[in-house]
Amino acid sequence: MSAAAHSVVEPSTTSKRAAATLVIVYALISMIPLFWIFATSFKTPPDSIAYPPKIVFTPSIEGYCNLFTTRTRQTPEYINSLPPATSFCDETTRKRNMVIAGPSNFLPRFVNSLIIAFGSTFCAVFLGTLAAYGFSRFRVPLADDLLFFILSTRFMPPIAVAIPIYLMYRELGLSDTALGMILLYTAVNVSLAVWLLKGFIDEIPREYEEAAMIDGYTRLQAFRKVVLPQATTGIAATAIFCLIFAWNEYAFASLLTSGTAQTAPPFIPTIIGEGGQDWPAVAAGTTVFLVPILVFTILLRKQLLRGITFGAVRK
Amino acid sequence: MADVSLRGVCKAFGDTQAVDGLTLSIKDGEFVVLLGPTGAGKTTTLRLVAGLERPDSGSIVIGGRDVTKLEPASRDVAFVFQQYSLYPHLTVAENLAFPLRSPARKWSEAEIKSRVLEVAKLVRIDHKLESRSTRLSGGEMQRVAIGRALVRKPAIYLMDEPLSSLDAKLRGDLRLELKRIQAELGSTMLYVTHDQIEAMTMADRIGILAESRLAQIGTPREIYTEPANLHVAARLGQPAINLLPADLLPEGAAPTGTKTIGARTEHLTIRKAANGPADGTVDWVEHLGDQNHLHLKVGNRRLVTLTDPDTLFDKGDRVTVRLKSPLYFDGAGNRIAE
Repeated sequence: MSAAAHSVVEPSTTSKRAAATLVIVYALISMIPLFWIFATSFKTPPDSIAYPPKIVFTPSIEGYCNLFTTRTRQTPEYINSLPPATSFCDETTRKRNMVIAGPSNFLPRFVNSLIIAFGSTFCAVFLGTLAAYGFSRFRVPLADDLLFFILSTRFMPPIAVAIPIYLMYRELGLSDTALGMILLYTAVNVSLAVWLLKGFIDEIPREYEEAAMIDGYTRLQAFRKVVLPQATTGIAATAIFCLIFAWNEYAFASLLTSGTAQTAPPFIPTIIGEGGQDWPAVAAGTTVFLVPILVFTILLRKQLLRGITFGAVRK
Repeated sequence: MADVSLRGVCKAFGDTQAVDGLTLSIKDGEFVVLLGPTGAGKTTTLRLVAGLERPDSGSIVIGGRDVTKLEPASRDVAFVFQQYSLYPHLTVAENLAFPLRSPARKWSEAEIKSRVLEVAKLVRIDHKLESRSTRLSGGEMQRVAIGRALVRKPAIYLMDEPLSSLDAKLRGDLRLELKRIQAELGSTMLYVTHDQIEAMTMADRIGILAESRLAQIGTPREIYTEPANLHVAARLGQPAINLLPADLLPEGAAPTGTKTIGARTEHLTIRKAANGPADGTVDWVEHLGDQNHLHLKVGNRRLVTLTDPDTLFDKGDRVTVRLKSPLYFDGAGNRIAE
C-alpha cells in the first residue's frame, strides 16, 4: 500500500485518547449480551429468573450439568435409597428431587455442528480457491457473467429457497443428513469464497508461477508451491467468514435437520427444563457453542488482521 | 547449452501484432541482445522462447528439437524477469534451490546444497543465504534472481531487462558481473533491454526490434557503423544521431537518391569561423562532467554532438560544420551503402 497517496498527520494525544475511549465504550456495550449469557450459564435456575436481576450471585455449574444430561423426577425415598452421589452434578440434581437419566443430545448436536461447519468451510474454500485461481489466471469465456451469476446465488434470502430445497432434499434422501447440510452450506459459501479469493489471487503477480513453470514445475505444482503459500492470508480470512456463516446458520438447519444431523443452533432453544425454560442450561449451551469459533478466530488472528484489508497483499 | 532458432514466428494479442515473422538464430555460447523501444515485441519474443506464449505461426527450435508446442517446463530454458523475480515466502537459499527441487529433477539434498552455495558465491550473495528474499536490497534481489537462473545449466538463459529496475551505479556493476559470468560459463543467452549501453557492452550480436519486426541483427560494431535504416541508426549512439536533410550542409559526395544524412559526432568537423563564412552558431554547451554536449543551430535545424570537457566553444560562437563520410539514407529510410 502506498503511504504517499495521502498525507498522514500523526493524531494528537487528545484525539487518540478520545478514539480509544470511544472504542472501549463501544466494545463494552457490545460485550454486555455476551457477558450476560456467560454469567447466566453459571447461575442456578432460580437466580437466573430472579427480579431484579442478580449481578452478584453464587456461581454454580448446574446449567452445564443440565446441558449435558437428561434427568427424571423421583420420590425422595428412592433418592435416599441410592448410594451417595459421586459428582457435583449428581448431588445438585438430587437436591431438586431428580436423578440423572443419561447424557443429553447436546454433545452429538455440537459434534454435528463441528462436522458440518468445518466440512462445508473446507469444501467452500477448496472449491473457491480453485475457481478463483481459474478466473484470475485463465481466459474464461463469459468470465464476468459467470462471476455475476455466482454472486447472484446470494441475492435471495435463504427462506425464499427453503421450501424448494426442503422438497428436493426429501426426494434425494438428503434431509437430516450431515452430507446434505455440508453440500448446502458449501453451495451458499462458495460464492463468497470465489469473490474474496479472486481478489487475493489477482494480487499475486503471475510472474511467480511463470518462473516456477520455467523452473520445471507443472502449473498445478506451481500453484501449490508458489500461489498457495502467498494466498494463505486470503484463504484464512475467507475460511473464517465461511465458518462463521455455517456455524451460526439457523433457518436451514431448523428446517432440514431434526434428528441425527441436527446442529447446535436449532437444538439450543429446545433445552427445556421442568417448569419453564432452563435458562442456565440454554446460556451454558450458547457459551460452549461460542468456543470453537473463538478459538479458530484467535488461531487465525494474524492472517485475519492482514486479510481483512481485502487484497492489500504485501508486494 | 545449445543452438536456438526462431523461424518465422508470429504472435498477435487481439488486434495487436506483437511479433511479426521473426527469424533469429542464436549460436551455442552466444550472447544476443534484443534492443528496442517499449512495445517492440522484445518481451513477447522471450516469452515465446520460454513457452509462456504459443506462437500463432512459425516454429522454435532449441538444440535441434522443435519445442514450439512444449510446456515451459520441458523446454530446458531459464528466465530472469524484470521484477517480482523472487518467491517472497522463501529464503535466498530456498529461492536458489527452487529450480533444483522441481519434481522433474531428482537431485539429492546434498547436491542441491553444494550447487546453491556454488552459485551464491558466483553471484556474490553467499553471505545472505538464510535471509528472507523480501529483506534484500534491489541489487541483491536481482543477483539472487540471476543466480536462480544459473543454478541450472539450461540450453539458453532468457533475461528480460534484468537490470532495469536498479539504480545506475548498480546497473553498471551487475552489467559487468553478468558479462563475466556469461563468459566464464560460456552460456547461450538471449537478453532483452532498451538500454543501448547494456546492448553495446555485453552483446556478441545485437538484434534491433522495431514495430514487431527484426530491423537488423549484427555485431555491435556493424549495428553502429552500418545501420540498415534510420530506425536502427537512431537507436544507438549518445547523443542520438543527427538526422539532417541532404541539402542542409555542403556535401558533394552524397550518392544519388539521398534524402536524409545521418551525422554522429565522428561524422562532423566543427571549427570556429574566424571571420569567413559560417554554417551555424553554438546554441548551448551542456556540461556533463566527463564530456560536453555541443548544441548547434544550423539553418533551422539543431545538431547535438560530443565535445571535450575543456572545449573552446562558447555560446554564440559562429562555426563552420563539415561532414566526414556520414551515413546516407534514401526516401524510404534505408541506408545507401557506399
